[in-house]
Amino acid sequence: MAKTVKKVKAPKGKPKKLWLTILFGLVSVFYMAPIFLVALNSFKKNTFVKTQTFALPNAESWAGFENFKTGMTLGGTFWKSVFYSLVITVLSTFLIIIVTSMAAWYISRVNSFFCKFIYFACVFSMVIPFQMVQFTLARTADTLKLNTPWTIPIIYLGFGAGLAVFMFTGFVKSIPLEIEEAAAIDGCGPLRTYFKVVFPMLMPTVISVSILELMWVWNDYLLPYLVLDRTKGYMTIPIHIQYLKGSYGTVDLGATMALIFMSIIPIIIFYLTCQKHIIKGVAAGAVKG
Amino acid sequence: MKKKKKKAHSSAAVNSKLLRRPIRRFGWLFLLPMAISFLIGFIWPFLQGLFLSFCKFRTTKKWTFVGIDNYLRILDDEQFLYSFIYTAIWTIVSVVLINVIAFAVAYALTQGIKGTNFFRTVFFMPNLIGGIVLGYIWSMIFDGILSYYNTNILEKTEFGFWGLIILMCWQQVGYMMIIYVAGLQAVPEDMIEAAKIDGASGWKTLTRITIPNVMPSITICTFLSLTNGFKLYDQNLALTEGLPGVLDKATGLNTYTTEMIALNISKTFGQSGAFSKGEAQAKAVIFFILVATIGLLQLTSTRKKEVQQ
Repeated sequence: MAKTVKKVKAPKGKPKKLWLTILFGLVSVFYMAPIFLVALNSFKKNTFVKTQTFALPNAESWAGFENFKTGMTLGGTFWKSVFYSLVITVLSTFLIIIVTSMAAWYISRVNSFFCKFIYFACVFSMVIPFQMVQFTLARTADTLKLNTPWTIPIIYLGFGAGLAVFMFTGFVKSIPLEIEEAAAIDGCGPLRTYFKVVFPMLMPTVISVSILELMWVWNDYLLPYLVLDRTKGYMTIPIHIQYLKGSYGTVDLGATMALIFMSIIPIIIFYLTCQKHIIKGVAAGAVKG
Repeated sequence: MKKKKKKAHSSAAVNSKLLRRPIRRFGWLFLLPMAISFLIGFIWPFLQGLFLSFCKFRTTKKWTFVGIDNYLRILDDEQFLYSFIYTAIWTIVSVVLINVIAFAVAYALTQGIKGTNFFRTVFFMPNLIGGIVLGYIWSMIFDGILSYYNTNILEKTEFGFWGLIILMCWQQVGYMMIIYVAGLQAVPEDMIEAAKIDGASGWKTLTRITIPNVMPSITICTFLSLTNGFKLYDQNLALTEGLPGVLDKATGLNTYTTEMIALNISKTFGQSGAFSKGEAQAKAVIFFILVATIGLLQLTSTRKKEVQQ
């Protein structure tokens, strides 16, 4: 999959097809339109979002930053949801990377019956739809007090480990054994061998897995919705936005668009800055169904 | 020769006592955290769910065994059968559209036109936005368009069906395109040149040389969009939530005409009937068997491809 990121180069000597460029240029504009529409409508007064969705804000419909102000307190404090989303995403990704890469190394180096069992269970867990465990997982999380933003990463580690273990094991197998043996002969224990020798070599996969997990956890809706204890006000951004829509009829569309706009901007900036890694990481995870 | 060397190497990995023994002593540190959270987050809930699909229960602690009653109950659940067929039809349409469009875009982008990398960036972007937010954005757009005709997306089943198709195409085409571009770039150029010299038309080169050579990519993308379609939940929930409901006056049953399987299962879990949780769990087991079969087929087919390379 390394080829995926290779820049698409024009074969030499072929005539450049200008009409295709123009066509795709137009399509691109349409492709970006939804994002612009969100930005546009977040500055309109609520009643105008539905009636003048595609018009530029005029003197009558212009709401200034009013939507952003009201959105902050709509359906709970928005910053709190942003904060919890960040906590859950960062902690989960960090935990998944450390724990699964260690386990993957152990699995491929020891290769006992138990290791094989764990590995196949991991591969199996990749094809399980969430609905299969949604009820029992939520109850288990409740019983074990894993229903706060600080402890839910353990659930993510359990349920999301499959893909990470699968990818890490694949990579560890390609690392020549002689390097680790040399480290062992020089007196490195397993811990130092792992953290000083193996983990740095895993870096490309670490980046790919991080990106996949970041995107999954950040956008996930159903798992945190069922697991998090909402009586204590724990919400993530997707839950917050869906919660607004739940109160049908009275929903303030302008303010909602402002919230969506605010939650998309960081994603787009993140995408534009690490685009290369993101596309590579996502393509590497194509094995997951 | 090279292959043999590799084989010897991988068997050495298993047998290296120099590494194996000391690592084993650290098993509690390397494997245990992962094994425990895996038990909590996956194995235990999965087995419990499997068992509870044969029970009548409201909580996981209070259950009575009822055998296959829950599964028999599903046969009478018209909404589930409807959702199943609806999901199947929707998935087939989306798989065809997404893959055809993605392949066409990838093919055009590998012809060496200007601005290719910019277009790729643009087309891939919607993938990063979560399903709930996507559903909300598009319901605003569809409602904006349909308001000119004094209607909205929740009024007609067709609106919800095609609306979700458009939404998913917008999201997935970029992703599939990336996989197709990788496949297309691996097609040997001399093969295409040879075909041209032999006088093959552009269309013939495409169907006889290019497409057979990107078959692995086509397999991956087909399976991916297939499972994505069957498992679709967030977008379905955020765009229409299963609405509109159509009331059958003869039976008094209300059918949610855009409700897909995953949404149907989650909704059944939320119902308060004495049997509904058991029934929902049984539905989930059927759903799991369906998705897992597709998923395992995909895994084995991509494995095979790896071996061939």
